Amino acid sequence: MTLARRIIPCLDVDASRVVKGVEFEGLRDMGDPAELAARYNREGADELVVLDISASFQGRATFVDTIRRVAEQLNIPLTAGGGIRTMEEGRAVLLAGADKVTVNTAAVQRPELISELSQRFGAQAVVLSLDVKRKNGSWEAFIRGGREGTGRDAADWAAEAVERGAGEILLTSIDRDGTRSGFDCDATATIAATVSVPVIASGGASTFDDFLAVFTRGCADAALAASIFHLETHSISELKEFLAKRGVPVRQSGLALLDSRSGRG
Amino acid sequence: MKIAVVDYGAGNLPSVERALRRLGADTERAARPEQVAAARALVLPGVGHFGAFVAGLRDRNLAEPLRAARASRVPILGICLGLQAMFACSEEAPEQLGLGFFPERVKALPTNVKSPHIGWNRLRTIRESRLLRGIPQDAYFYFAHSFAAPASACATVAACDHGVSFAAAIEYDNLFGVQFHPEKSGEIGAFLLRNFVEAIA
Repeated sequence: MTLARRIIPCLDVDASRVVKGVEFEGLRDMGDPAELAARYNREGADELVVLDISASFQGRATFVDTIRRVAEQLNIPLTAGGGIRTMEEGRAVLLAGADKVTVNTAAVQRPELISELSQRFGAQAVVLSLDVKRKNGSWEAFIRGGREGTGRDAADWAAEAVERGAGEILLTSIDRDGTRSGFDCDATATIAATVSVPVIASGGASTFDDFLAVFTRGCADAALAASIFHLETHSISELKEFLAKRGVPVRQSGLALLDSRSGRG
Repeated sequence: MKIAVVDYGAGNLPSVERALRRLGADTERAARPEQVAAARALVLPGVGHFGAFVAGLRDRNLAEPLRAARASRVPILGICLGLQAMFACSEEAPEQLGLGFFPERVKALPTNVKSPHIGWNRLRTIRESRLLRGIPQDAYFYFAHSFAAPASACATVAACDHGVSFAAAIEYDNLFGVQFHPEKSGEIGAFLLRNFVEAIA
C-alpha cells in the first residue's frame, strides 16, 4: 500500500475573489472561491489550498468568511493561509473550517509561532509555506510574498520548522512561479530528502509531464497548481489518468468506484 | 435517531456535522455531561494531541458519561484522535489514560517513513464489518496523524500500512472507530458514514 500522490488546486484570493497575477497586467478575476471549490471537489481534487494574497489586516475578516464559504462546499481537506501572523489568526482560519494553516513570513520572524500552533492544533494542521530562489547550487528562503530574501538556506529552515512541529512543507519555487516552465524538481528533491514530512511542490506547472517529473525526479508527495486548472486547460481527472498509466499512485474518483459496483449504493 | 457530536472545545466539528447532515442525519452538539449521558448515538471527533484531548474530556466531565454510554451499549464512532482515545493509553502522552474501551496502546508511527502520515491511503480488510460494508477494496481514505493503534488490536476490522501495519478501522459491538477522516474522504467517506448511520438506526 502506498500513499497516493496528491493533486492540489490552489485558489489565490483577494477581497473574496479568486485572482491570478498576470505579468504587466496586474490581477485578473478568475471567479468565486466557493464556486471553484465546489467544482474541484467534484472533479477529484485531493485537497484544496486557499491563500489570501492581499494578506492585509483589514481583509482578514473577509478572508475568514471566504474560508467558511469554501469549507461548506468541500468533503476533502482544506488548507488556508497567507499573511497569518499570530496564533489567534491561525485559530480563526481553522475554526472557520480549514484543516491546516500555512505560515511563512511571521514564522521566519518568530519561529515559536510554528511550535505554538503545532502544540495547540497538532503537527498535521501546520504547513510551512517555503518560498525559495536558487542561489549558487542551493536555495534561499524568501518572505513577504517572495520580495525579501532571508539569507537563510531553505533546507536549514525547513528542517528547523519540522523540528518545531510543522507537519508539511508547501515549497514554492519563485524562479518557476508563473513561468510555466515546470516545477523545480531539484529544489523539491532537496527539501524532500532533508525533512521527514510530506512536501507539496508548487510553482511552474504547465504540462502533465511536469507533474510526472515532480512526482518521480522531484520526490514530491503532492503537487499544487492554480491557473492551469482554473482555465480548464487541464482537467484533474485526465491528469490523474495520465499519472496512473505511468505508475504514479493516484486516488481514483470515489464516485467512479461506487458506480462500478453492483447492488447497494 | 439524533447523533450527538461530542464537543470537547477544540475539534473541527462543523465538517463532521455537515457530512452527517448531508446524509439526512440529525445532529446535535454534546458539550456537557448530561448531554452525553442522554445521547442515543455519539460521534467522538478529535484532532491535536492525545494528552490535551483526554484531559479536555476529563476537565469537562465527559469521560465518565462516555464510559457509561459504552457500558449501556450506546453506539459510539471515534474519528482519528477520537479512535485513539478509545484505547488504554498512547505513547504521545504516557502520563494520561485513554477511555480504555480497548486494551491496546497507541504508538508513534516509525521513523523510517514520512510522519505525519498525511494523504490518501488504502485499507486492507481484516474481517467483515458493518462500517466498511460495500466499500471497494481500492478505495482511498484521507489520513492525517502521527500515532496509531496497532493492527493487531482485537477490534481491528481494517488495517493500513505506513511503515507499520496499524488499525485503520475498528468495530466491536457498538463501538466504531476510524483513524482516517471520513468527513474529508470524498464520496467514499460519505458512504462509510452512511454505513454508520444505518448500523445504528
